[in-house]
Amino acid sequence: MDFQLSDDQRALQEGIRSLINGAISLEEIRTKEGADDTVEQAWWDALNDAGVFSLLVAEQDGGVGLSLADGVVVAEELARGLVPGPLLSTMVLGPGLADAAGGMPIALIDQQSPNSAVPLLLEHPQTVKSIVVLPHMGDAAGQCRRLDPSTLTLSLVDEPLDPLTPLAVVQGTLPEGEAIDGLDAVGLRQRSLVLLGAAQVGIAEVTVELAVEYAKGREQFGRPIGSFQAVKHLLADALCRTELARSACWAAAVTLDNNDVATREADTLSCSPGEVRWRVAAGAKMLADDAALANARTAIQVYGGMGFTWEVPIHLYLKRARVLAQTLATRTQLADLLSALI
Amino acid sequence: MDLRYTEEEEAFRLEIRAWLSAVLPSLPAKPASTDWPARRAYDTHWQRTLYEAGYAGIDWPVDGGGRGSSPVEQLIFKEECEFAEAPYIGTGFVGLGHAGPTIIAEGTQAQKERYLPAILKGDEIWCQGFSEPGSGSDLASLRTKAVRDGDEYVINGSKIWTSHAEVADYCEMLVRTGDDDSRHRGISWLIVPMDTPGIEIRPLTTIGGSTEFAELFLDDVRVPVANRVGDENDGWRVTMVTLSFERGTGFVGDLLESMRILRSLTELAKRTGLWGDPSIRRRIASLTAAFDGLWALTKRNVSEAARLGVPGVGGVVFKLSYSENGQALCDLGLDLLERSGLAASSIAGADSLGDLPNAELVEAWIKGISLTIAAGTSQIQRNIVAERVLGLPKEPK
Repeated sequence: MDFQLSDDQRALQEGIRSLINGAISLEEIRTKEGADDTVEQAWWDALNDAGVFSLLVAEQDGGVGLSLADGVVVAEELARGLVPGPLLSTMVLGPGLADAAGGMPIALIDQQSPNSAVPLLLEHPQTVKSIVVLPHMGDAAGQCRRLDPSTLTLSLVDEPLDPLTPLAVVQGTLPEGEAIDGLDAVGLRQRSLVLLGAAQVGIAEVTVELAVEYAKGREQFGRPIGSFQAVKHLLADALCRTELARSACWAAAVTLDNNDVATREADTLSCSPGEVRWRVAAGAKMLADDAALANARTAIQVYGGMGFTWEVPIHLYLKRARVLAQTLATRTQLADLLSALI
Repeated sequence: MDLRYTEEEEAFRLEIRAWLSAVLPSLPAKPASTDWPARRAYDTHWQRTLYEAGYAGIDWPVDGGGRGSSPVEQLIFKEECEFAEAPYIGTGFVGLGHAGPTIIAEGTQAQKERYLPAILKGDEIWCQGFSEPGSGSDLASLRTKAVRDGDEYVINGSKIWTSHAEVADYCEMLVRTGDDDSRHRGISWLIVPMDTPGIEIRPLTTIGGSTEFAELFLDDVRVPVANRVGDENDGWRVTMVTLSFERGTGFVGDLLESMRILRSLTELAKRTGLWGDPSIRRRIASLTAAFDGLWALTKRNVSEAARLGVPGVGGVVFKLSYSENGQALCDLGLDLLERSGLAASSIAGADSLGDLPNAELVEAWIKGISLTIAAGTSQIQRNIVAERVLGLPKEPK
C-alpha cells in the first residue's frame, strides 16, 4: 500500500497545471463568459496534444495507458483551471470510443426516466460533435446509445447559471440512436462519478487557496483578517472537507481500477465487489459535491463584499460546482443509491 | 496511489486473525465499567497476552522492545483487532501510547531498562499529568512547580484530566523548573511514582457518571532528579518528540468502531421501521460516505508516515473530521432510539422488537461529546490547520 501521489502522478499533476497556466489562462477563459460557445479550439487542441482524451486508453490501442487514478489527478487540475468544455465526458469515453480518444468532443447525457418532468439539457451544444446516452440508472441491462447532435432539436438556454457552460434544451423525445456494443454502462457511470468528484475536489482546493491569499493580505482593525480565528476556522474546516473528499475520490478511483482492491474491501464491508464499486463512487461524489459547494461559498464569505462581485472569479467556481453537482446524480440521488447498498 | 496489500501483509493479516480467534474465547468476562481495579486487571491481562504472543508494542521500535512493525502492519493489526472485537488498550493507553515512546526517544539506558519492559508486559500502568486547572489549551502556561533540593525535586501544584490515576503506578508529569514566565523554555518531564507521599487523587465525575479521570493535588511531592527524562527545562521538546512516533494509526480503532456502530444503526433502523423514512436513510448514507472517506484518509496518512517517517498534516484533518462525524453518528443513534434513548440501561419489554442497544448508544452519545474537546479541542485543531497548513498569520498574543 502506498496511498499517495506517486512520482509519476506528481509529474502528471505539474505537467497539466503548467500546460493550463500557459495555454488556457483564467484571463482568456473569462473573455468567453456568456458566449454561446465558450471552448476555444486551441485550448481543446492543447489538451488533446497533451493526451488528456486518450489518457485512459490502453497503450496497445494507441492511448497513454494510464489509470482512472491518474485521470483523477488530471480532472482536479482541469477544474482548478476552470477550463470549460465537455472534458470529463470525452476523457471517460476514450477507452470505449476511438473518436473520443482522438479528441472529438463528446457529451455524456443521462437517459431520463420515462415520466421525468425535468427538461433534458445538453452542455456545450455548439462544441459537442457526438452524444452518448447513458441508460437510466434503474435500467440495469440498458445499453449506451450514440446520437448525432444534428438529429436533435436544440434551443439555446438564456442565462445559464455558469456563464462558461452554455446549455441547450433538447426538444421532444430523444431519438433512439445507435446502440454501442462493448461499452459497459455501469462502469462508465461509476468512472464518471469519480471524475466529477475529482473535479469538485479541484474546485474545493483552489477556492480555499484564493481565500487564504486574500485573508493574508486584506487588513481590517489593523491586521490581516486571516489572523482572526473566525476567519481561520472557516478555512480550516474547508481544508478538511477538501482532504476528506480527495481521499474518497482517490480511493474510489483505485478501487475501480483494481479488482483486488474491490475484493479486499468487499471482505471488510461484507458485501460484493460490485456493491463496493457503487459505494465508493457514490460516496466520493457526495463528499466532493459537498466540499466544492461549501468551500466556494466559504471563499466568497472570506472575500466579503468583493466576493459578491462579478470581478472576483470565485462565483465562477461556485457556479461550476453547481453544474457538476447536478450532473449524472444529485446529492439526494447519490444518498439514495448509497443507502440501497447498505 | 496504491491500496493493495503485499503477500506478506496478507499473510500477516491471516496470522493475526487466526491468533485472535484462538485467544479471544478464553478471555475473562468484561468487568463493570465503573470498577477501575477490575478494569486495570482486565487490561493488563490482555497486554500480557499480547506480550507473550510477540504483539506488544506493535508500534514501538525494536530497540525499545517493541515489534517495530511497519505502519501498514500496524493498520492491519488494529483492523483485525477491531473486527474480532478484541479488548481496547484501556488503562494501558498512556504507558503504551505516550510515556513509553517518550522514554524510548529521550530516556537514559537505565530508565529504558527500568520502565519499558514493565509497560510492554502489562505490569505497570501510567497516567498523564500535563493539563492543569489553569492550563488547558495553553499548556505551556503550566504552573506546577518542581524545586531542586539536593538530588530530589519537590513538586507543588495540581493536575487535571488525569485518566486512570487511581489505578496507575506512574505519572508522566510536566512541571515548571524555570522562571514563572519561562513558558516552553522552563518545563521538565518527570516520572512520578503514584505512591509517593503528598499525592492526593480526587476523582472527577464526567457527565456520563464515570470517574475515568481525576484531579491530582501535589503537596511537597519528592521525586529523585534521576526520574527526569531529558534535560532540565527541556521537557516541552521531550513531549513534542513523542508525537513523532505517531504513524497515522492512532484513531484506527475508534474509526472502525464507529463504522461498526453505523452498521448496527442501519440494522436497528431496518428493524424499527425508521429505515422507511428517506431522511433517516440519507443521514445514514452521508455518514457512510464520511466514514469511508475517513478510512481512505487514514490510509493516506499511514502511507505518508511510511514514506516520510512522520505523518503529514492529515492527522489534524482526520481528528477534526472524525470528531464531527462521530458526534453526528451518536446523535443519529439517539434519534433512532426515540424514547428508548432516555435511559442508559436496557429497557426490558419496551417493544416487541427484542433488545435495543440503548445502553451502548446512550453511553456512546455522552462520550461522543468529548470528541471535540479531548486531545486538543477542535478550536485549537482549527488554529493548527489554519496556521501550519494554510499558512495564515498567527493570532496576536
